[in-house]
Amino acid sequence: MVERRHLLDVDDLDREGIERILDMARSFAEVQRRPIKKVPSLRGKTVANLFYEPSTRTRLSFELAAKRLSADVLNFTASASSVQKGESLKDTALTLEAMGVDAVVVRHPVAGTPWLLRKWINATILNAGDGMHAHPTQALLDLFTMRERMGNLEGKTIAFVGDILHSRVARSGMKACRFMGMEVLAVAPPTLLPPVAMEGVEFTCDFDAALPRCDVIYMLRMQKERQQEGRVPSIEEYVRFYQIDAGRMGRARPGAMVMHPGPMNRGVEISSEVADAPYAVMTAQVASGVAVRMAALFTLLGGAEGGDGIA
Amino acid sequence: MAFRERTRVMDADDIRRAVQRVAHEIVERNKGASNLVLVGIRTRGVPLSLRLAKAISSIEGTEVPVGKLDITLYRDDLHTVSTPVVRETHLPGDIEGKNLVIVDDVLYTGRSVRAAMDALMDFGRPASIQLAVLVDRGHRELPIRADYVGKNLPTSRDERVKVALTEVDGEEGVYIGEEVG
Amino acid sequence: MPDLLIAAARVVDPFNGIDEIADVLISRGRIAKVGRGLSRDGKEVIEASGMVLSPGFLELHAHLREPGDEDAETLETGLASALRGGYTAVCCMPNTRPPLDNPAVISGLWARARDMGLADLYVIGCVTRGREGRELSDMAMMNACEARVRAFSDDGAAVEDAGVMRLALQYAAAFGGLIISHPEDTRLSRGGQVNEGAVSTALGLRGIPALAEEVVVARDILLAEETGCRLHLAHLSTARSVNMVRDAKARGVRVTAEVTPHHLVLNESDIPGYDTSYKMNPPLRTPEDVAALREGLRDGTIDAIATDHAPHRCEDKEKEFDHAPFGVVGMESAFPVLFRELVESDEIPLERLLGALTRGPAEVMDLRPPEYGAGIVVGARADMVLLNLEEEWIMDASRFVSKGRNCPFHGRSVKGRVAYTVKNGRVVYAHEDGRG
Repeated sequence: MVERRHLLDVDDLDREGIERILDMARSFAEVQRRPIKKVPSLRGKTVANLFYEPSTRTRLSFELAAKRLSADVLNFTASASSVQKGESLKDTALTLEAMGVDAVVVRHPVAGTPWLLRKWINATILNAGDGMHAHPTQALLDLFTMRERMGNLEGKTIAFVGDILHSRVARSGMKACRFMGMEVLAVAPPTLLPPVAMEGVEFTCDFDAALPRCDVIYMLRMQKERQQEGRVPSIEEYVRFYQIDAGRMGRARPGAMVMHPGPMNRGVEISSEVADAPYAVMTAQVASGVAVRMAALFTLLGGAEGGDGIA
Repeated sequence: MAFRERTRVMDADDIRRAVQRVAHEIVERNKGASNLVLVGIRTRGVPLSLRLAKAISSIEGTEVPVGKLDITLYRDDLHTVSTPVVRETHLPGDIEGKNLVIVDDVLYTGRSVRAAMDALMDFGRPASIQLAVLVDRGHRELPIRADYVGKNLPTSRDERVKVALTEVDGEEGVYIGEEVG
Repeated sequence: MPDLLIAAARVVDPFNGIDEIADVLISRGRIAKVGRGLSRDGKEVIEASGMVLSPGFLELHAHLREPGDEDAETLETGLASALRGGYTAVCCMPNTRPPLDNPAVISGLWARARDMGLADLYVIGCVTRGREGRELSDMAMMNACEARVRAFSDDGAAVEDAGVMRLALQYAAAFGGLIISHPEDTRLSRGGQVNEGAVSTALGLRGIPALAEEVVVARDILLAEETGCRLHLAHLSTARSVNMVRDAKARGVRVTAEVTPHHLVLNESDIPGYDTSYKMNPPLRTPEDVAALREGLRDGTIDAIATDHAPHRCEDKEKEFDHAPFGVVGMESAFPVLFRELVESDEIPLERLLGALTRGPAEVMDLRPPEYGAGIVVGARADMVLLNLEEEWIMDASRFVSKGRNCPFHGRSVKGRVAYTVKNGRVVYAHEDGRG
């Protein structure tokens, strides 16, 4: 059996590996500007999107990335498949393997599922989000977006704001930002912070005090169910202390930018005014997604099997 | 693997004269330089294309647009490369209806040129595509030939040809040698 | 059947404080002679020089899955698994389907086990009817039935309502019953998969805080103190729990405690790549907790080692981490793992380890001779285990007699092997090289 390469979390890359993918993503961003946006590099390869959670944007982004590399794409979503008939994840994975897929892009509500797939089948696994755990391509496209705007990220400060405890975007993002030499803050009410500090991340509950240090303010989606779980007393109270609005933006570093993984809750974690402002880069994030995922797919599937690309 | 050089077949002056001669041939064949675009294949085709452009403009007195092309995504031997790296491609504007000249250092199997033509076709429909190389070492695997050749260099398949250019390698020269290690 | 002579073993008997080299002669199911240089004429001889002979182990806490989940384990595979692990008696938990909460079901199960002639079975009954935590089950009737139920537990869950737990303790005290607490406040642990802390954060799994165990340990110790009933705390996993038990014992509360091999040997950082064989409840805790559990075992705060043997079907365990059930199998791996990790490393003396597998659990269950615990003396029923302490080997869950394969020690290098298990004077398990 050949040794496969995988992208399960940003740990699978070091800083050099991240930079190589980001550099390559620039080239793929250029491909996106060509009249014919499709290149033949993954012709004959098959990529399966295995999505156990509804996610239009990530799935479309991966699908477009694979198709623009000329790979064939199979879409397997939980609602439209045998999952409802009770087929186990393992049997589904073995089915995909029997069909000869080269890569499985997996999103699943349970943390660790991509690691199980790696153990069970011989295909390249890309993690498109597992539970509260990891979302490496989101972290990469966020770094790409930041680097295109700010250049070198070393020494810059980013604050992740909101439901850190349940956020895979924050988990992978904070790690990736640390790799790039950034200062990382986690800002949330105490009930939405992890129970223990994470390595190299400064926890604080005081958004207003943190703002003057921030070059990047990364807002996380606030799920309404957190209020039902009793983790915040009310959405109103959350908004009062943790929403990014024009007033708070005025206290951030000059030139600071606002990011959000989408979909946004306007009027909850982000005011409409901020969401539509030029310093909010959400559309750039989405645009980077395809190029970064092309770079990831190409790095994992483009070269010789058993090469030294990733993990 | 390392390259052990055996013979130097061109020096800096030889390269300079070859570029000069090819520039003249391009101008003559295209009856001027008005509709020309030079496209260098990464890596060493890029400085060669810039040198050619400079030579052409000193002959004709007009600027020739120059582009650079990364063919990694179009290669047919990707499965043999352990960690392929994709670099940026940049073309100077629309190539529709232009006379393109692909520029590379060594013409060997012809596969790189095939990849370059496929890539260029995805950018538009040029009036013509021509090929200029510094060295043609033979052993084609595809029906491709160069329009402009700096030097024809008969080689055996086990030999390697190495082109060194100041912009990339810090020195000038063309060498025949072999792989070692 | 000829008499059986176990020759020149090191006899370690925690019940009688014996530790000496001796021959043990077994005749008609009982120990006939103990001494040096016993005659070998006409006897079947086991050369046991260099090996340790201990009373058969008593498993305090096993899930044998009957009735209801026979494809995960049966009475027969569970009790055979016990013999292979050196256990000659097993206490089984009542969280079956339906639960063991009445004399009729329990007597049936017990009688079947008796007729199998494998390990002895002691059935633990439910504290509350249907394990629902509301009404007390017919504890005194279960106690009076043929199966002599002496311990009660809703294991798998705590008796959540403190009022019900208090009544249970009051009621059981009257007939000398034992209440076994599964200390977990599910309002603190709900949705949790692994220990809450750095590891749960890094893995992105919901955490089970130490506190979920500790608040119930504290509560149940207070209730036991108040009612005077004997209380046993199952599978303790945190340092603070150990400290609370130590304090309670010091002030005379009738409380005992057990710990599992996995909590003594593994910590939360040992979980490899979301392997569900490491998913159990309570979860693996921190290295500091492991150290405190070992200290508790050393100083007697913890009375017994119990495996919490919990077999599951492979297809149930081969699932996404959140969807896989809690629990690991334990009886066939317990001794070799504990001997290597605790005794070989000089953390716990061999005599203490054997005590925690024999006399400790017997005292918890208040089991006495002739039922269990006579030790290795003349006249005692011959229920013994002969241990080869020299052999190093690799634990292989695929060879277990138990139907369960969910063992976190699979693939681990261990030392010490159950060479023979003797039950009622008969060799009921003998390890043969390469086939064990």
